[in-house]
Amino acid sequence: MNDPYKTLGLAKTASADEIKKAYRKLAKQHHPDLNPGSAEAAAKFKDISGAYDLLSDTDKRARFDRGEIDASGQERADSSFYRSYAGGPQGARYRSNAGFDPSDIFADMFSRAGQGGRGGGFNEFRMRGGDLSYTLTVDFLEAAKGAQKRLSFPDGRTLDVNVPLGAETGTVLRLRGQGQPGAGGGPAGDALIEITVEPHPLFRREGNNVLVDLPVTLTEAVLGGKINVPTIDGPVSMTVPAGSNSGTRLRLRGRGIAPRSGSAGDQYITLKVMLPKEPDAALSDFIRNWPGREYDVRGV
Amino acid sequence: MNRSLHYVAAEIGVTVEDLSGWIERRWVLPVRAGKNPALDDADRARVRMILDFHRDLAIDDEAMPVVLDLLDRLHAARAQLRAVLEAVAVLPEPAQSVILRKIQGETEQ
Repeated sequence: MNDPYKTLGLAKTASADEIKKAYRKLAKQHHPDLNPGSAEAAAKFKDISGAYDLLSDTDKRARFDRGEIDASGQERADSSFYRSYAGGPQGARYRSNAGFDPSDIFADMFSRAGQGGRGGGFNEFRMRGGDLSYTLTVDFLEAAKGAQKRLSFPDGRTLDVNVPLGAETGTVLRLRGQGQPGAGGGPAGDALIEITVEPHPLFRREGNNVLVDLPVTLTEAVLGGKINVPTIDGPVSMTVPAGSNSGTRLRLRGRGIAPRSGSAGDQYITLKVMLPKEPDAALSDFIRNWPGREYDVRGV
Repeated sequence: MNRSLHYVAAEIGVTVEDLSGWIERRWVLPVRAGKNPALDDADRARVRMILDFHRDLAIDDEAMPVVLDLLDRLHAARAQLRAVLEAVAVLPEPAQSVILRKIQGETEQ
């Protein structure tokens, strides 16, 4: 992304108020819902709102000014803008709510044509095809590591979709030219594919970090030891420090999700100390005779 | 996916009172109306748009219905234009050429 100050046309010294004013002025021009059909406005608004997100957050702004973070912001999915729906069947109830009689436009056009007057303002019949929406469910590891999935379209076509590494539920992929065919030689629309990531029995995600709850034996917790830990790239050997407890959190640096740009996340392991499945007489005897058996854990 | 009023309010970051008010003023027309309205993806995108207009573009409650009405008319006109273009596209080639020439002739005056 460009320099957010330049994007908003501001000096580095701009006040919070100036930033807000500059953003409002540009957003009024470029908000995608005020520019239906304009890809340029969408791209421009993405830059503007990204710049504003960064500069309106004093903490982020300070970190950017110090060079600690760069200007890449969160992108908002195209499907979150109303204009994606306004022309389709879901938008019909809003279009008719506007007190607009669809037959008016035809009556108007044909009466003008009869008078030899000017018709519509369009000068070509090329019409881009509509976008098509699909959903694609991927499992946790496919999303974490990136994967290629085959998508079957209702018309029998199939398409290989590259699920980007680190995809999350709600990520929308845009496949250019895979939507409805255009009219009059116009380009085809796009296919928009919304990703749903299925939960994994072991792993959870927090950004690029992977979280795992891992049972350990009483022996491993008290005495420490080497254990095998599942990671998204397969098992890794790790040392449990002696005296670990349920809830102890250990980190495997760099074993989380590794995005193409930026640094890899970590894996966090939360230990869960497990007694033997069957009651053990020797253990009970030991505890009964253990001098330290009365110890305070609730702080009361 | 359809979502409840409370879900959408929390998801998008508006108060339930504001959202109910928008529905009452017919700025948002939930896919299922009534006592427990349900909002589909288009409704939720529209709520986001109204919030953007209100918060980021400083369009107030007086101006909002004007903006929304014009926008809905614009989309209706675009839908009709699309219908015309699709109708033209299925005409035989000579008819398409006649229409094309007619329009190009007019715009080049």
